[in-house]
Amino acid sequence: MSWDAVAAFWSDYTLRTVAAGAAVIGATAGVLGVFAQLRRQSLLGDAVSHAALPGIALVFLLTGSKEPAALVAGAAATGWLGALCVTGIVRSSRVPADSALGLVLSVFFGAGLMLLTWIQRRPDASQAGLDRFLFGQAATLLTADVATMAALGGGAVLVLVLLWKEFKLLSFDPAYAALLGLPVRRLDILLTGLLVAAVVAGLQAVGVVLMSAMLVAPAAAARQWTDRLAPMAALAALFGAAAGVGGAVASSLTARTPTGPAIVLAATAIVLVSLVLAPRRGLLAGAWRRWRRRRDLRLHAVLLDLHALAGQHGDPTAAPHAAAVLRAMAAGGSVRRSLRELAGRGWAADAGGDLWTITADGRGEAERFLAARAVDGRPEASP
Amino acid sequence: MTHPDTRPAPAAPHTGAGLAVAVHDLTVAYRDKPVLWDVDLEVPPGLLLAVVGPNGAGKSTLLKAILGLVPAAAGQVLIHGEPLARARDRVGYVPQRGSVDWDFPTSALDVVTMGTYRRLGWVRRPGRREREAALSALERVGMAALADRQISQLSGGQQQRVFLARALVQDTDVTFMDEPFQGVDAVTERAIVDLLKDLRARGRTVVVVHHDLQTVPDYFDWVTLLNVRRIASGPVAEVFTEENLRLAYGGRVGFLERKADPTPAPGGRDDPATSHFGRIRP
Repeated sequence: MSWDAVAAFWSDYTLRTVAAGAAVIGATAGVLGVFAQLRRQSLLGDAVSHAALPGIALVFLLTGSKEPAALVAGAAATGWLGALCVTGIVRSSRVPADSALGLVLSVFFGAGLMLLTWIQRRPDASQAGLDRFLFGQAATLLTADVATMAALGGGAVLVLVLLWKEFKLLSFDPAYAALLGLPVRRLDILLTGLLVAAVVAGLQAVGVVLMSAMLVAPAAAARQWTDRLAPMAALAALFGAAAGVGGAVASSLTARTPTGPAIVLAATAIVLVSLVLAPRRGLLAGAWRRWRRRRDLRLHAVLLDLHALAGQHGDPTAAPHAAAVLRAMAAGGSVRRSLRELAGRGWAADAGGDLWTITADGRGEAERFLAARAVDGRPEASP
Repeated sequence: MTHPDTRPAPAAPHTGAGLAVAVHDLTVAYRDKPVLWDVDLEVPPGLLLAVVGPNGAGKSTLLKAILGLVPAAAGQVLIHGEPLARARDRVGYVPQRGSVDWDFPTSALDVVTMGTYRRLGWVRRPGRREREAALSALERVGMAALADRQISQLSGGQQQRVFLARALVQDTDVTFMDEPFQGVDAVTERAIVDLLKDLRARGRTVVVVHHDLQTVPDYFDWVTLLNVRRIASGPVAEVFTEENLRLAYGGRVGFLERKADPTPAPGGRDDPATSHFGRIRP
């Protein structure tokens, strides 16, 4: 982006409003999504957002109002009802959780679509715009909308921060939380309520269909980078906000791109980068670790063979051994390459004519390796 | 480690007076199927009690029902003479290791600090005092060096010791442990045994769901044999008999029969080294 574009961005009131709204949505959903993920309830957010649609339509049908606050209240009411249905079905029947989620999601969403269609067939023209809740349309955000979102999302995050240790314990070990006397059921309902708040805050910009991605993606990306809860929540907020701003800007720069999909694509990009590049849990780091472990095992196999051969002779370091002998002893792999790498580490020495000896350092390493294996059956990887 | 128990029987078990744990007529059912039926349990203070029984006997459920974690269909539970609601500061719990997700983004120290949450009350956060208490509990189970490790990077035995340290931080009169010896290494087993002895020496009561019948006489003072109903409960020397084991385990005690028999059957395959009844006082 050139400086002109940056300047244009800051001077563009609409874009600034949209970006601020999307950032608020992303940060709120990111933080709440962390708890949803840790409690294995990521998809509950999906059910909640789909279940919000009939609420929006009903409020419009009953009041004729398109006030954001009224629509959000309707969305929250049926979204909450949907969440209660899911937990109620799971608690009182043998229907498994994923079936209950699917059931509630499709029934509520279907009802919402029916109501929307019916509204659109009505003669008065004032219905236009409700379908923006399907995929989200950030371009229609006003400062008042952003203020509503910020109040809703900020309130949810504030409650979460105040009851941080209670929610952490509830998410990690609910039985222990109950033992300590915490009202587990009520905390559970409250946390679900915060999730509902985060979801409905984002509906206007991201839409009911894709809102759950905002709960899932930033949390999943954040988990890759840290092993602590508070940094994970902070990172998820950051990732969510970044995805919101990035998606909002991208959709404003290209004509007729709905905001919701743009934001979700931005969040997905963050997830992909995190999956691949994260230092410990990332795919690259894993591949690197596996490669090193395999190399160490290959080197140690040859080193131990050399060690065993040397042990058969009187003077341990003097007698050289033919690579061919070592190859015959090896289970596989390139013996000569291993020997060269061993020599590079100072554990073996090239005696010329394809003959090799073990060095004093090599003997030390072989014995350390054998001792470590004797203790816990699991050799430490050498440095 | 079993010492002869010369304490007089409690005078009024149903009022729970003088008892660390008093359970009366406890019945628990999961969907019409009784898991515990009319269970009575009286545990005097300062004892190590093992709860044994076959799979599905309701051992874990007994602990959870005592602790109010599963609803009881009927029955009464008193902890040091008081109902659970008034005795919450006096009960600790070490759940089964498999009951939580160890990939949770948290450290060993953080999990142990959870034992201080009740004392802290709502909203307040653990400070330096709580962290120090947690660290010294980790030290007692030989885990201080691993305090900052993410909990999935601990071995099974180390994870178990984290749970034990969390119960230690709670510092309660009565502690309930659900299969703490399940699948742990020798170091951890030793650490748990030392810890149990230490708790007993300080007058604490520990109720342990246990699966290894061989070690019951070595590790515990009292034993409760359970199979939906309570089969027997009392000092190990009196209650841990072949007849009671047969009642609890039905026909499934093949290997126990000879081990539980103090006099080897003629021509039997008895090996004194495995006959654990030879190791406890008559």
